[in-house]
Amino acid sequence: MMGSVADTWWWPFVMILVAGWLATDIWRWIGVFAGGKLREDSEILIWVRCVATALVAGLISKLILFPQGILAETPLWLRLAATGFGFGAFFLSRQRVIVGVLAAEVFLIGGWLLLDKVG
Amino acid sequence: MSPPDGVAAIDSADNNLPGRVWMFRGAQAAMSIPALILTAAFIGYAGLARESGLSLAETLAMTGLIWALPSIVVLTGALNSGMGLIPAAIAVALASVRLMPMTIAFLPLVKIPGKTKTWQLLIASHFVAVTAWVFAMKNLPDYPKEARLPFFVGFGSALTGFVFCMTGIAYLVVERMPDVVAGALVLLTPVYFLCSLWGAAQLNADKVAMAAGLVLGPIVFLVAPGLDLLWTGLIGGTAAYFGTRLMRRGFS
Repeated sequence: MMGSVADTWWWPFVMILVAGWLATDIWRWIGVFAGGKLREDSEILIWVRCVATALVAGLISKLILFPQGILAETPLWLRLAATGFGFGAFFLSRQRVIVGVLAAEVFLIGGWLLLDKVG
Repeated sequence: MSPPDGVAAIDSADNNLPGRVWMFRGAQAAMSIPALILTAAFIGYAGLARESGLSLAETLAMTGLIWALPSIVVLTGALNSGMGLIPAAIAVALASVRLMPMTIAFLPLVKIPGKTKTWQLLIASHFVAVTAWVFAMKNLPDYPKEARLPFFVGFGSALTGFVFCMTGIAYLVVERMPDVVAGALVLLTPVYFLCSLWGAAQLNADKVAMAAGLVLGPIVFLVAPGLDLLWTGLIGGTAAYFGTRLMRRGFS
């Protein structure tokens, strides 16, 4: 019997083209056609932006609460404290993103190394 | 007539600059914090891709063609488990629905009715992913309207090109990262998104929507994984919209 298509070198690329590129960009294209008629200051656009903002915010808290890979092994309180520390630093620095990001990273790495020593 | 807030920083003579100048300026703007953070996230992904047995060409094809990290991670899992084409396409499509409301919200920023061609918008829309979107919502309103589309395309293609190269290099070079470094790379993305999404919020409605999404996201994920982000957006965003609308204009 012949080997199945799934074993050929090109099959992953068909997957990437159809199940990856098409399945992703189709939403962007639909967005272009659906958004083309909206005015910048219309009420419906305020609503759409609320939906998009809440959606991205949901992604953010998922990434912190249920992280992938090695970060999942840190205690939840450390991740939350590091994020809170970073967001606080972001505010105190008059909303400079780089300050917030660095503060959170320093807190996380510091806390992680300390826990490793204690544990 | 005084210029709207934020535009003051940009010279009024800039209004007549050709599009390629704005494209170049967008590319310059991309070489910045967002690029570094996104690069770090993709370096983390390159390690995952190699551990999953993906080839360099496959990893790069996904990076450039899909250009949305959550969808890329989903497809990596699908390729890894030998999933069929249709189930994999459905899984990726579910992970990518969020790009539609994001594109709709972004479009009026760059579209000049009667002038901007649809094919130009279709090309620009490929760069809509969280990093570029947050950057666009935060910074594009400061630019003259004619400048925004070329600026964004310059920004998006420079960002994609840079991250594409760095992902390839990381795939080849990074053998195995220390745990603390790998973990710190993973936390970089949400903290960056958190700070810049707050910076991008223009109205109270945006800020309330952000808070609602932060709280609802994990809850909806536990109740209904799969479409959870879409539900989070719809429920949290709609509640935030009507809540703040009531404050703005009462029951009218």
